[in-house]
Amino acid sequence: MSNLTYTAIFYLFAAITVFSAVYVVFSRRVIYSAFALLFTFFGVAALYVFLSADFIAVTQVVVYVGGILVLLLFGVMFTHSIMTTDLKSDVLHIIPGTLLLLAMIGTMLYTFYTTHGWMPSTTMLQGSVVERIGFETMSRFVLPFEMSSILLLAALIGAAFLARFDKPGNNE
Amino acid sequence: MGNTLNGWSEALVGFNPMGLPLGLVILAAIPLVFIALYSLTYGVYGERKISAFMQDRLGPMEVGKWGILQTIADILKLLQKEDIVPASADKFLFVIGPGVLFVGSFLAFAVLPFSSAFIGASLNVGLFFAIGIVSLEVVGILAAGWGSNNKWSLYGAVRSVAQIVSYEIPAAIALLCGAMMAGTLDMQQITLHQSGHWGFAHFFLFQSPIAWLPFLIYFIASLAEVNRAPFDIPEAESELVAGYFTEYTGMKFAVIFLAEYGSMFMVSAIISVVFLGGWNSPFPNIGSFALNDWTNGPGWGVTWMILKGFFFIFVQMWLRWTLPRLRVDQLMYLCWKVLTPFAFISFVLTAVWEIYVP
Repeated sequence: MSNLTYTAIFYLFAAITVFSAVYVVFSRRVIYSAFALLFTFFGVAALYVFLSADFIAVTQVVVYVGGILVLLLFGVMFTHSIMTTDLKSDVLHIIPGTLLLLAMIGTMLYTFYTTHGWMPSTTMLQGSVVERIGFETMSRFVLPFEMSSILLLAALIGAAFLARFDKPGNNE
Repeated sequence: MGNTLNGWSEALVGFNPMGLPLGLVILAAIPLVFIALYSLTYGVYGERKISAFMQDRLGPMEVGKWGILQTIADILKLLQKEDIVPASADKFLFVIGPGVLFVGSFLAFAVLPFSSAFIGASLNVGLFFAIGIVSLEVVGILAAGWGSNNKWSLYGAVRSVAQIVSYEIPAAIALLCGAMMAGTLDMQQITLHQSGHWGFAHFFLFQSPIAWLPFLIYFIASLAEVNRAPFDIPEAESELVAGYFTEYTGMKFAVIFLAEYGSMFMVSAIISVVFLGGWNSPFPNIGSFALNDWTNGPGWGVTWMILKGFFFIFVQMWLRWTLPRLRVDQLMYLCWKVLTPFAFISFVLTAVWEIYVP
């Protein structure tokens, strides 16, 4: 693949991500925001691919599109009269918000220019990423891995407990 | 254009006349043309004929000899149809729904190895990608169901999403057994691990005594993932008219059907790659009668891959006209209390087998 094609595809995905994210924020209708989030998540996954992080990209699609977005859409659809609700918040802090935004952009640009541009990784990617992730998860990071699995198990049991039927004659 | 691994697709990627990445476009267009052709011929016509023979009827007979041109007549009719968007529908979601749905089913074709020399993208997370990208279809179905602004459509969409999301779990665990036997998630590598002189004996289905269990679990779960009978409650005709595509007409309807046939081939191809050797020939070498060597190669690979895919599609159609539809509660019972525990059992048994036996 030539370099120009590569750059063009990158900017295409970057544009999709940014514009859909803007739409998520500025859309007046919750359901449109939720559906626009699909393109944001997908664009971010594509950007991960450009960073040679295939595994994270696919995980992004599985977790965010397959899990969180579907949950969000169900939530939005269950919301009462979502098509008519006028979305606005009563408190609008325009000046502090702008200041915060400018400060953040300023800090990022400052860091970018004082560290002399992008820093490409010194070690090249070797072989399959999946294998490395598997080894690292099962050796160096086995404790965090087990901890998160216990947390998820607890959440699963809690959800099952909350969702199950109350047996008649068992209401104490 | 060698016979090396991924030779054809790499030659295509290198083909960019005048700096334009034409080869990449052609590479993506090949599966698209394949889906269109196969759903025209085998999909629509074959399904109608098979269903007819199973019910002791003749099926389409009027247009052309044995009704062969029936599908083309149907396509012409669909093209001419007025493209109706219901007045109360959400225009935007109604229009993008079928598109997102089709893209979701088409994206997985990127990692299907059609031959030793042809694969869209040889990712090292290929199988994971193929499982995960189905979630895009879910969003397309929700957009179509919600955008139609119709109770039947919404019910169909919600049922379909609940079903796809739940059946992804046993399906993924069952495929993980195959991935464990291969030790990789790369679809080409999984297929390569199943080639050898004994033909079918090298396929993962016959490589371990437990492999039939994940194979069966994935097949059942894949039926639910593509909304085929006996899991077609999202479009249960007797309850919901046609489910999430009740309001669709003309080409949008055709696109939804194309997506369904696309994902039918996709799951059939995945099951043949993981458990039945993908593009490998099933014939063994018997002495000097080297059947396996004669029937292997990039060109043969395409034939085997498509034949295996078509076989599973035939089984899907066969089941559709044989089994009655499940109820929603039976569907969830089957997923969570039968398939998921057995998927875990087969996962553990496969792990034990892989560590201690071979």
